[in-house]
Amino acid sequence: MHEWALAEAVISTALEASKEKKAREIRELRITMGELQQIDIEIFEFALNEIIKSHDILKKTKIKIEIENAFFRCNVCGHEWKFTKDKLSFEESESIHFIPEIVHTYLRCPQCSSPDFEVIKGRGVWLDSIEVR
Amino acid sequence: MDPRLTIIDKRLKNIKKVIAVSGGKGGIGKSSVASVLALSLSKMEYKVGLLDTDFCGPSTHILLGIKDLYPEEEKGVIPPEPYGIKFMSIIYYAGDKPSPLRGIDVSNALIELLAVTLWGELDFLIIDMPPGIGDAILDVIRLIKKTEFLVVTTQSKVALETVKKVLRMLKELEIQILGVIENMKTRDSSYVREEIETMGIPFLGEIYYDPDFEDSLGDTEKLLKTEFAQSIKKIILNTEGFRE
Repeated sequence: MHEWALAEAVISTALEASKEKKAREIRELRITMGELQQIDIEIFEFALNEIIKSHDILKKTKIKIEIENAFFRCNVCGHEWKFTKDKLSFEESESIHFIPEIVHTYLRCPQCSSPDFEVIKGRGVWLDSIEVR
Repeated sequence: MDPRLTIIDKRLKNIKKVIAVSGGKGGIGKSSVASVLALSLSKMEYKVGLLDTDFCGPSTHILLGIKDLYPEEEKGVIPPEPYGIKFMSIIYYAGDKPSPLRGIDVSNALIELLAVTLWGELDFLIIDMPPGIGDAILDVIRLIKKTEFLVVTTQSKVALETVKKVLRMLKELEIQILGVIENMKTRDSSYVREEIETMGIPFLGEIYYDPDFEDSLGDTEKLLKTEFAQSIKKIILNTEGFRE
């Protein structure tokens, strides 16, 4: 249920932004979900829908979630590759779910074996846009 | 927008005092001070949390003998409570494997932990900081506005000069400084105290080098009986900032 904490963070950010814009209604939230964090989308959506029930301003809000694939670039050899869970145990995968940076503990560049790589796309949860009225 | 940033204040709102234990150099006893401080405050019946932000070299779990624990999940991450201390560290996720992180990764890992950890009500949250004026200290200043810094130094001029840089930065940024502790003292000298007081910063006390300390690591009963722990207790009792 770590998804709940992230859903709460998204709604909290949307409410704060709507206050700044003096909005009466939040019509749409667009969220990008990085593949690396391996969020359970069903639980995340359930949490979002439960949390918005207690806020009038969010009652008619449409929520759009887009999944972004995760890619890495090695700082040593420049190799770029896509994240897969193939070589990770369940526990390692769970750890990356909680703190995506832990990927540096368990994965290595497939070309030169370095742990020194960047997550260039698809790290975690991001609120892309808020449409208000 | 990074949604994690807006939730951090909410996660920390029921914490009365946040104390970051910092210092310029490695090996001067920051983690020892942070761990024994958390343990002593917990023994005094305060509600205490301990957050280890030294992601590349976490050690508070070794000092306190914490192993085989894992946080629970319930609408967030609930830290385990060994010895009555709510304890969060990267070790739950990385185990004893190295975590080679660059600056941006250190920031992201810290933000993630602060955004998802449910501390609940605490009298004190003690943060063990990595050495230096890097990403972790800048992020703690940026993200936890109510942090007060407890800075550790040794008698060595090498350590003290670096610590003075940390103190100057904190003063420039108008960050609250609880004071400075002189650790691992081996000879009588008022040099450190005078230098710190000249800067207008409270000198909280000194801890003499304790040869028995190493043998007590991992055993909290033994730790609390050390001269080191007695000195920490004295500092807590004599420092206004530790009173509610």
